[in-house]
Amino acid sequence: MINTSSVNPDSLVTLTHLQRLEAESIHIMREVVSESEKPVMLYSVGKDSAVMLHLARKAFYPSPPPFPLLHVDTTWKFRAMYELRDQMASESGMELLVYQNPEAKERGINPFDHGSLHTDLWKTEGLKQALDHYKFDVAFGGARRDEEKSRAKERIFSFRSANHRWDAKNQRPELWNLYNAKKAKGESIRVFPISNWTELDIWQYIHLENIPIVPLYTAAMRPTVIRDGLLLMVDDERFPLLPGETPVQRSIRFRTLGCYPLTGAVESTADTLPAVIQEMLLTTTSERQGRAIDHDQTASMEKKKQEGYF
Amino acid sequence: MNTLQSQDSVYRTDVLIAQDIDAYLERHQHKSLLRFITCGSVDDGKSTLIGRLLYDSKMIFEDQLAALEADSKRVGTQGQEIDFALLVDGLAAEREQGITIDVAYRFFATEKRKFIVADTPGHEQYTRNMVTGASTADLAIILIDARKGVLTQTRRHSYLAHLIGIRNIVLAVNKMDLVDYDQAKYEAIVADYRGFAQSIGINDFTPMPISGFKGDNVTDPSANMPWYSGSTLMAHLETVELDTTVDQIKPFRLPVQWVNRPNLDFRGFSGLIASGVINAGDAIRVLPSGKTSTVTRIVTRDGDLPHAVAGQSITLCFADEIDCSRGDVITQVDAPTQVADQFESTLVWMSDEALIPGRPYWLKIGTRTVTATIHAPKYQINVNTLEHLAAKTLELNAIGVAVVTTDRPIPFESYVNQRALGGYILIDKFTNATVAAGMLHFSLRRAQNVHWQALDVTREFRSGLKHQKSAVLWLTGLSGSGKSTIANLVEKKLASLGRHTFLLDGDNIRHGLNKDLGFTQADRIENIRRIGEVAKLMTDAGLIVLTAFISPFHAERDLVRSMMPEGEFVEIFIDTPLEEAERRDVKGLYKKARNGELKNFTGIDSPYEAPESPEIHINTLDMTAEQAADLIVSNLLD
Repeated sequence: MINTSSVNPDSLVTLTHLQRLEAESIHIMREVVSESEKPVMLYSVGKDSAVMLHLARKAFYPSPPPFPLLHVDTTWKFRAMYELRDQMASESGMELLVYQNPEAKERGINPFDHGSLHTDLWKTEGLKQALDHYKFDVAFGGARRDEEKSRAKERIFSFRSANHRWDAKNQRPELWNLYNAKKAKGESIRVFPISNWTELDIWQYIHLENIPIVPLYTAAMRPTVIRDGLLLMVDDERFPLLPGETPVQRSIRFRTLGCYPLTGAVESTADTLPAVIQEMLLTTTSERQGRAIDHDQTASMEKKKQEGYF
Repeated sequence: MNTLQSQDSVYRTDVLIAQDIDAYLERHQHKSLLRFITCGSVDDGKSTLIGRLLYDSKMIFEDQLAALEADSKRVGTQGQEIDFALLVDGLAAEREQGITIDVAYRFFATEKRKFIVADTPGHEQYTRNMVTGASTADLAIILIDARKGVLTQTRRHSYLAHLIGIRNIVLAVNKMDLVDYDQAKYEAIVADYRGFAQSIGINDFTPMPISGFKGDNVTDPSANMPWYSGSTLMAHLETVELDTTVDQIKPFRLPVQWVNRPNLDFRGFSGLIASGVINAGDAIRVLPSGKTSTVTRIVTRDGDLPHAVAGQSITLCFADEIDCSRGDVITQVDAPTQVADQFESTLVWMSDEALIPGRPYWLKIGTRTVTATIHAPKYQINVNTLEHLAAKTLELNAIGVAVVTTDRPIPFESYVNQRALGGYILIDKFTNATVAAGMLHFSLRRAQNVHWQALDVTREFRSGLKHQKSAVLWLTGLSGSGKSTIANLVEKKLASLGRHTFLLDGDNIRHGLNKDLGFTQADRIENIRRIGEVAKLMTDAGLIVLTAFISPFHAERDLVRSMMPEGEFVEIFIDTPLEEAERRDVKGLYKKARNGELKNFTGIDSPYEAPESPEIHINTLDMTAEQAADLIVSNLLD
């Protein structure tokens, strides 16, 4: 997207905010590759992951990004997510690692019967296990500071103890664009290259750069039920219908994608990206509302972060 | 406040979004980015002001507003009214304490610009966070409570903002609603602040009377203060000039982050352009090596660029295969940076563990990490009075000026010219914590303008001609321990094996090169430094250098070690106990020292710091000089 060919080199160029954000994210990714032993990019197949992967491909071009993608899978993602995941991995020439927590698998942990245990075992524990298993010392994540209050305070290089804990009060000061990637054996760092992007920046960039995303982000007729105030999509036959429940075809889209039984859709007719952006700008509820995990209690995300959830 | 106007501007945006989203996107795409910080004392209303900016720019959603209303009633400090501070006081711990304890970043956009706000704390013990937030900011808003006026914290924050190089300073006199919008009160505060600001070098700032809580002069002009005719805060933020474009008129600098080598046909150097402009075809120089070449391509995944500017992340290819690696700086050929290894610097100490002068720390500057030692501070700055205080160290949140020495020459610029090559962090080598931020002023060595001459015949080539690996055999031990005797024998044995050697003897050097030096501690250190430099030149020439000096201090031996490439400095401890050396007393020096005729004599009235882990340890009570020499030679040739 950076195209300065029309610019006279003798005159000053005002970079747009997206150009500056892109350059910053690329700089962060190159720092990690230069200063870590075994980095990995966490890849959740959502729109933020899509932007991250796109930035990584730019950062190291013409080389492929010199790290693998890691999908910490819960087995409960939307089918369309699995399809795009495999397609993007093969297109980018990167190795794709899929990790499923064997304990959660064996116990048959699922979002219908196990509530918050589902997120805890598949995601939080799964992520820790995967990082330990492959001995990754740095993991790229797609968190943004505008998403949620506790994330607004996180560093770009977020240091984690050997047992993956985040200590909000003991973070390293982060000055200029100088990142301290030094760590002891066993410790790790989560790095958030798109910290300074907002939801609108992400959408606009996807639009400008034509980045492939899961089709669920745009509206289409899909089978749905309404449960506990969430508009859920019946994505496969594992969805247990309650007595009296019948899937209803509705025109819906998703603002955020996670496990399908936990992710609420919104009714929408926005079937193109500009239409989605338009709806987003005119809507009046914040992005994460569609996710069930934040609503348990005030500051619940902060608690989860301390425990090692991304 | 002027509610009608506010709704009107929101309405226009909404209309454009609703009617022509593509036009809106096109406009938003070309917005520039302003980063700013807000700072002030506890209770000056920082969080409330930021909450207000978010609220007025429609960045607060219904669900957040509902949660905010509930929270305001539960823990808010504004009675039944909305407590905007709760929007930005993120962490649970803070909510309980009612203060902001860390740097938090907030985002909002208006029709003209996108903004990133660093909310920085007012508590004294968190100065490090304010410096952190300020380091990436184009502008600082200094908040003053109109009821309290200029406080110690105001001074501290203004000083820090200025120190970190922020040119745009807004003095927001807040809570005007609580002083009945009194013009005289406002003007008295501005005058008071101006006096202080000028004393620390802030010649220009933009004052404005506001109420973050009521909204006066935040987004809309205040009907309560008709006497104020300046911009609203938002209007000022939308139009103030950005720092980033200014960097483009400076000379080209690219700190190399990563060497891109996907295959044998491609070799590119990736980095974020710190300043200037680069065109395909431009001649460049790589520092510190001084090698030159020409840019053949500016590579991005979106295609090659004809030119690129400061702020862009790109990859350069050169016409020649010259050495260039991470940490090097690519510069315009005729305007290289300085290269030096000793500097005067300001430091902001950020760790509970105080500075230990002389201790090695990691220093990261640009993309280069080197070992550095900080000398005892010249002075510490009392940021309230700006007095220079004597200091032996720097404690948490202290700001001081000290000499910094790096273990090798680095390309740099003074911080005021170029943040990216003048600002650095210090990292503790044991805990890996970031312990300080520093800003280089200037280099202290006269060599600063001597650029390294890149030589075609390299040191490796020269030593290769001699079929050997250059090295310094550094013999250390008490006077009379047998250093010279053993060094002589080692040189003879090496020479007979066809090796090219040179023996630097302490007494001989003092008759020539170092005859101006005495035996004070400072002179002894200079003596060793010069010998180190001479030894370095000789190893560059491909020689095996032997030295025989008492060299009693760790620091000086480590200094020489740090001058040599890894593995070329061989420290040999000639270990003879003091009683034995004094018994031998070949030159009669111990006797003189005991009689008080020689001052500062090592072992008598000046200490000898034995090496803790020398490469070779010779105990002269256990072996003859001949055996010792054989041991050293076999060690070297292994």
